[in-house]
Amino acid sequence: MARAVTARQKTINSIAAWAVGLLIFFPILWIIVMSFKTEGDAIKAPLEVLTAPWTLENYGVVQERSDYSRHFVNSVILAFGSTLLGLLIAVPAAWAMAFVPSKRTKDILLWMLSTKMLPAVGVLYPIYLLFIQLGLLDSRAGLVVVLMLINLPIIVWMLYTYFKEIPGEILEAARMDGATLHEEILYVLTPMAIPGMASTVLLNVILAWNEAFWTLNLTAAKAAPLTAFIASYSSPEGLFYAKLSAASTMAIAPILIMGWFSQKQLVRGLTFGAVK
Amino acid sequence: MATQHSRSAARLMMAPAVVLLLGWMLVPLTMTLYFSFKKYLPMRGDSLANGLDWVGFANYARFVTSSSFWPSVYATLVIVGGVLVITLILGIFLALLLDQPMWGQGVVRILVIAPFFAMPTVSALVWKNMFMDPVNGFFAHVWRGVGAEPIEWLSQASLPSLILIVSWQWLPFATLILLTAFQSLDQEQLEAAEMDGARWPQRFVFIVLPHLSRAITVVLLIQTIFLLSIFAEIFVTTQGSFGTKTLTYLIYQRVLESQNVGLGSAGGVYAIILANIVAIFLMRIVGKNLDA
Repeated sequence: MARAVTARQKTINSIAAWAVGLLIFFPILWIIVMSFKTEGDAIKAPLEVLTAPWTLENYGVVQERSDYSRHFVNSVILAFGSTLLGLLIAVPAAWAMAFVPSKRTKDILLWMLSTKMLPAVGVLYPIYLLFIQLGLLDSRAGLVVVLMLINLPIIVWMLYTYFKEIPGEILEAARMDGATLHEEILYVLTPMAIPGMASTVLLNVILAWNEAFWTLNLTAAKAAPLTAFIASYSSPEGLFYAKLSAASTMAIAPILIMGWFSQKQLVRGLTFGAVK
Repeated sequence: MATQHSRSAARLMMAPAVVLLLGWMLVPLTMTLYFSFKKYLPMRGDSLANGLDWVGFANYARFVTSSSFWPSVYATLVIVGGVLVITLILGIFLALLLDQPMWGQGVVRILVIAPFFAMPTVSALVWKNMFMDPVNGFFAHVWRGVGAEPIEWLSQASLPSLILIVSWQWLPFATLILLTAFQSLDQEQLEAAEMDGARWPQRFVFIVLPHLSRAITVVLLIQTIFLLSIFAEIFVTTQGSFGTKTLTYLIYQRVLESQNVGLGSAGGVYAIILANIVAIFLMRIVGKNLDA
C-alpha cells in the first residue's frame, strides 16, 4: 500500500477495474434499464432499448396485478422472523461458548457448522412429510423455523467470534463490582456486542431473503416469498421482460443495499473465520 | 475462573441451540435412512400408516444403475468443476486488480460484489430470458448484429450456459475472500524480493500464491459444498433437461416429481456422504484456525 504509484499507473488500474466492474454488474444494470421501458420496447435491440422513452408504468402494474406486495411481505417476515428467532436462540449459546469455554466448546462449534453442510435435498422428503403432518405446508411459521435452523450455525458462529473479541477482564471487573449475571449481560455485554450482532443480523437477513430451495419446495400461493414469485415468471405465459425486470429490481434492491454494508461480515460469516 | 455455577448456567444457555440442531439433523436424517431401505411410492398407495416393505439395498443399487445416474454425475462434475476453475482464476485476477490503488475503489468493489446479493431465481431468470433467449435475448441481438445465427443457449449449450450463470453468481464470493487474503500480504517481503531481482511472475508464484493457498482451499471447499446443491438455477432455466440434471436435481425429481421416495432417499444418502467427504476437509481447516 505504501508504495508510490504514478498517476499513469493509477489511471490504467482505474480504467481496467471500472471496465471489469461494469461488465460484471451489467446484467443487473440491464434489468434496471429494462424495468423503465414499455413491454414493446424491452424486446428490441439493445441500442433501441436504451433510446426508447422511459416509463414508470411497470412498477405500478407489478404492484397492482401480481400480488407483489404479498410476496414482499412474506419475504420480510421470513427473513427477519427467522433471523430474530435465530438470534434469540444463538445469543445465549454463543455467550456461553465465548465466556465460559469448556473442553468441548470447539467440538460443539464445529459440529454445529457441520450441520450446515447437510445437503438439503437429502432430507427433502422427511421435511416435506413432517410439514404435511403438522399442517405447516405453505405456512410462514413453518418456513421461519426451517430458515432459522439452516442459518442457526452461522449465527452462533458469527456471534461467537464477535463475543470472543470482547475482553473478558471487563466482565470480571463488572462481576467484582457486584453485578449480577443479568446486569452483566444487560449493561456490560450488550452495548459492546451490538455492532457484532447488527452485522450478524444483516448477513443472515440476506441469506434468508435469497434462500431458494426450501422456499420453492415448501410454499405454494399463501406463504411464497419473492424467490418463488420470481420463479413463477419462468412459465412461458409469464414472459414479460419489462414487468419481470421491475419485479426483479424490486426483489433485489433492498438486499443489494444491505449487502453493500456487509462486505466484511460476508467473508467472516461465510468462511467461518478460516480467512482473515 | 469459571465456577460450577457458571458452568451449569452455560450448559443451560447452550441447550436450546444444541437440542434444536441435533433434532434438525437427526430426525430427517433417520427418516431418509429409513425410507432408503423401503419401497415407498405414495402415489401408488404406499403409506407409513399401512407399513412399508423392506427392500434391503435394492434402492441403492437401482439408483446407481438407472440410466440417469451417470449422466447426472457427469453434469454435476462439469458444473461444479467448471464454476470452480472459472471463479478461482478470475477471482485471483480480480482480487489482484481491486487491490491496486485506483479512483473509486469502493464503488468498483460494490459493482463486482453485487451479483452475490441477487437472489438465485432472479439471476437465473434474468440470464435465461434477457440474455440467453434465442429470439429477444441480449446475446441474440448481438449475434444478429454481427450477422451470425443466434444460439439457443440453454438447449444447444446447456452446460456452458449454466456454468456461466453460476460462475457469475459465485465470482464475487471468491473475489472477496481472495481480496481479504491479499490485503494481509506482507508488502515488505514483496519489496525485498523485488530488490533482490525477482521479477513479477517469480514474485507471484513464490510469494503471493503460497500466501493465498489457504484462502484458495477455503474458496474451493466452501464453493464445492454450495455448488453440489445448486437447485434454483436449474429449476428456473432447464428443469433438468438438455443434460443439466445434476445429482441434486435427480434426487429432487425422484422424490417430489415421480414420488419414488425410497429410491430418492437412497440418492439422498449418497449426496449426504459426498457432501460430508468435502466437509471433513473444510472442518479441519476451520478447526485449526479456531483457538477455543
